[in-house]
Amino acid sequence: MQTPTLFALLLLLVLVAYGTGFSRAIATARSRGGVRSLASLPNYYGVHTALWCGLPALVILGLWMLFDDAIIRTLVLGGVADKPETISGQNLLYAQIQNLAAGNLIGATTPQIQAAADHLVSLRQSGRWMQTTITLILAAGLGVYTLLRISPELRAREKVEKVLRIILLACACAAIFTTVGILMSVLFESLRFFQSVPVTEFLFGLHWSPQMALRSDQVGSSGAFGAVPLFTGTLMVSAIAMFVAVPVGLMSAIYLAEYAGNKVRAFAKPLIEILAGVPTVVYGFFAALTVAPFVREVAQSMGMEASSESALAAGLVMGVMIIPFVSSLSDDVINAVPQSLRDGALGLGSTKSETVRKVVIPAALPGIVGGVLLAVSRAIGETMIVVMAAGLAANLTANPLESVTTVTVQIVTLLVGDQEFDSPKTLAAFALGLMLFISTLILNFIALHVVKKYREQYD
Amino acid sequence: MSTMTLNAGEAVPAQKEATQPVAEQTEVKSRAANPNSQVDGTVGSPFCDDAKLRMRNVNVFYGESQAIHDVSLDIGRNQVVAMIGPSGCGKSTFLRCLNRMNDTIEGCRVEGELSLDGEAIYGPKVDVVPLRARVGMVFQKPNPFPKSIYDNVAYGPKIHGIASRRAELDEIVENSLRRAGLWNEVKDRLDKPGTGLSGGQQQRLCIARAIAVSPEVILMDEPCSALDPIATARIEELIDELRENYTIAIVTHSMQQAARVSQRTAYFHLGKLVEVNDTETVFTNPEHDLTEAYITGRFG
Repeated sequence: MQTPTLFALLLLLVLVAYGTGFSRAIATARSRGGVRSLASLPNYYGVHTALWCGLPALVILGLWMLFDDAIIRTLVLGGVADKPETISGQNLLYAQIQNLAAGNLIGATTPQIQAAADHLVSLRQSGRWMQTTITLILAAGLGVYTLLRISPELRAREKVEKVLRIILLACACAAIFTTVGILMSVLFESLRFFQSVPVTEFLFGLHWSPQMALRSDQVGSSGAFGAVPLFTGTLMVSAIAMFVAVPVGLMSAIYLAEYAGNKVRAFAKPLIEILAGVPTVVYGFFAALTVAPFVREVAQSMGMEASSESALAAGLVMGVMIIPFVSSLSDDVINAVPQSLRDGALGLGSTKSETVRKVVIPAALPGIVGGVLLAVSRAIGETMIVVMAAGLAANLTANPLESVTTVTVQIVTLLVGDQEFDSPKTLAAFALGLMLFISTLILNFIALHVVKKYREQYD
Repeated sequence: MSTMTLNAGEAVPAQKEATQPVAEQTEVKSRAANPNSQVDGTVGSPFCDDAKLRMRNVNVFYGESQAIHDVSLDIGRNQVVAMIGPSGCGKSTFLRCLNRMNDTIEGCRVEGELSLDGEAIYGPKVDVVPLRARVGMVFQKPNPFPKSIYDNVAYGPKIHGIASRRAELDEIVENSLRRAGLWNEVKDRLDKPGTGLSGGQQQRLCIARAIAVSPEVILMDEPCSALDPIATARIEELIDELRENYTIAIVTHSMQQAARVSQRTAYFHLGKLVEVNDTETVFTNPEHDLTEAYITGRFG
């Protein structure tokens, strides 16, 4: 049976289990004087039966699908008499067998491979048959067993809630394990990188030129992996972006939260949030084709030298991109300041602006700071705009009119194209990713801490 | 709310009311025994000679619905006037008209003549900022700013430029805290946040904050409703002391409180002012049946 059909059948069984569990609970309660004599509501007996019917079968099915291929492969290759010694040779052979079994391979085959392919097909068929039988028998068996155990004394609600708690825990763990997994994969690749390039050179080197020749006798056979220009570039672009986004975002939030009438607010807030929906690639076009030339022209008209791709152009557009982020977070925080504080200030004869400046903003400040720090981590992680508008040259410069490059841009360029996966050039991307991960992690940590520490101040 | 119509001339002046024959008064009583019954005009003496605040024919609307119907009332100088009545009867709304705090509520409209020392409160040229400095307000829930105790009290004097030097400001802060009866409790921790005080202390801090700008009138909107009896007693004492220098209007749900702190009491019902009299009269010999029903606890 095909897997989707099996799933559908399983779902049907679960529904039946729920229904029979529910009605059996009511039936057993009838002789004892109604539903009130049950330890839990009849609903919970249904869910209890359904869970026992569905969950173990699903787990078995999932495990089966996970290890199915590996087991079949071992069995098939074990049946081949003279198989190659190397793993890549075995992979090739197995691919051949698979293709033959699927009917894709046209051409000469040895009888041995033909036999292995037949073996594979038969294994797959019997495997699928076993899978179907085991899953359904398990589901039906456990369902019936649970059904038979239903009695008014069975505390179905407690059991159901226990299972639900485990499911919730599993979901929470999924996010945590993903983070740990990402960190681990980046960490191990970085460690390999640091075997060929010393950590100190990476952290404090002033020159970035990640060229690694394939052969040692080629030109530029040794690269330079000093990440300082990348981090200064990232810092400069992010700083310019925050310079745009924080004042504009904050002030628009103040306007929306404190001054705008309901009509203006209903109209302006979604419009500002549209900015957040623009894909970053589109911002990238805008930065590269409109803002960067404009910046250069303005700089030249003032007698300054400006390159066609500049940190300023990328930073300005990135700032615009972050405006809705800052404004919507600040807007929420400002709205959360209790009206009683505003009334208190107005009641003392403050003007509207005094109330905003001296009472509302100080009260909302922790939240605003938290929002801004989150926006900073967003700016640091932003890639597309910088790729298109800031350039690729790793200049160590403090002049925003020159082209710079950022950590994220370099990660992209290092990993795009054909390369060996174990050369320092490629591995450098992981080291950069690790650094980026750590710095945004620290920023997020600080942001959350600031928000948490001052959150209850006005309650 | 009953959909009765009111004409503006119906507010009965005090003099006329005072000379009403006894027979007519009993008729008023019998007519008003039902809490949902209609109220025509105000009984008692809503006016006084030395009025600090003078309100005539005040109507307040929130959008379409009318919250206050044709209320006329005087608040005398250095007098404490208590406003009592069941929830939703408009006493807080009326109080908030006196320093135009209703301006901050969208769709709120105030009609009628309100004046402070003869100057119109809702006049076209009136600036609400100095008005609110003259008519201070203490709110139902203590609302200290998330600043230090010192800065809470110093906030008003600072924004109004009352104190030019630090020493002057220190003096104002100390005086205000002393008058609010809080000085001894907080003098060693003026730099600690005001939100860290207990509820009663916070409310006294808010009173200190209000008197730091030397207002002429203090409006109090159920200032003790969030406090325990001990803190309430302290605030009531304080109100009695403040009366020497300020005119006070207080909204309260506690009739004992109204009886203890006020000289005159106004009873509101469904947006109308039913009765105004000396506090003693209201609580011992109310003129209107609704007032009697409320203070004896038959509803409310």
